[in-house]
Amino acid sequence: MSFIDLSKNEVQCKIVYYGPGRGGKTTNLLYLHQALTDSVRGKMVTIDTKGDRTLFFDFLPLALGQIQGLSIKIQLYTVPGQVMYNATRKLVLKGVDGIVFVADSLKVQKEKNVESLENLRQNLAEDNIDIKEIPLVLQYNKRDLGGSNIPILSVEELQEDLNKELQVSSFSGSALKGDGVFETLREISKGTVKYVSRKLLSR
Amino acid sequence: MDLVLSKESIDNIISVLDEDLLRAGADCALLVDRSGNLIVNRGDPATLDVVALAALSAANFGATAEIAKLIGEDDFALLFHKGKNENIHFSKVGKGFILITLFGKDVSLGLIRLNTARVTDTLIPILGGEQ
Repeated sequence: MSFIDLSKNEVQCKIVYYGPGRGGKTTNLLYLHQALTDSVRGKMVTIDTKGDRTLFFDFLPLALGQIQGLSIKIQLYTVPGQVMYNATRKLVLKGVDGIVFVADSLKVQKEKNVESLENLRQNLAEDNIDIKEIPLVLQYNKRDLGGSNIPILSVEELQEDLNKELQVSSFSGSALKGDGVFETLREISKGTVKYVSRKLLSR
Repeated sequence: MDLVLSKESIDNIISVLDEDLLRAGADCALLVDRSGNLIVNRGDPATLDVVALAALSAANFGATAEIAKLIGEDDFALLFHKGKNENIHFSKVGKGFILITLFGKDVSLGLIRLNTARVTDTLIPILGGEQ
């Protein structure tokens, strides 16, 4: 749910990074947190849990400047990717305005990517949101493993598995190195602000 | 569901929070929505990260709503966390909003509860009824 404060001329939107477990959602946020200046980013909140899984969510607020006199504040969230934490995912998805789906390029994660995207579709549908209506960007993460001996899926295979029907923007990325992280954020922010303003104009 | 609040509505919310909570001794009063957006914050939050507080409070409320379901309730109308010096009181405002009140050890919980109930009744129509 976006919130528009007309006394401050400010729009707040919520973008959620979704995807299979250990795919790099938190790493995307960490990279942004490290790379952005204090004037753009707020404090990153990670709920302290043992191990490197996200059990609840990570949170990073950003101020993206002004569009037509309105200042844009974006709140980035990640969800826990593991299948068993669906209740938490639904909780974090509440009021979402835009989604980045971080797919894992590892060959062994092929099915997990498809399962997670299907799970996203179902969770959105439960909240009466059509996955084809809400702004969505795909990021094919871990492309930097391309030259290594770890088998990875080609971009064509990922497109075929995940984007054949959706036909949304997709980016190759390496969240660890920062490749594609800003491109993904730029695209989803643009889409989300457009989506929110369109909804407002139709009120 | 998107929420657009005019300057007049925001001013009304501010005066209700100031009048009923800050004047009663609360250090800080915040109104947030259940998806984690900060709507209004009042008091002296200079050292407090109010944006993170809003996101975590919404998540906290969501998580306890799941606990409520396990014991056959829809959700809990209020939550209270007691610290050594500072306490925090969360209460539901309609279906979509949470009122967060921070207060010290010399302010009574009863007074805060009484006043948040009154604030809630005033805020619901400003926020567009039972959102």
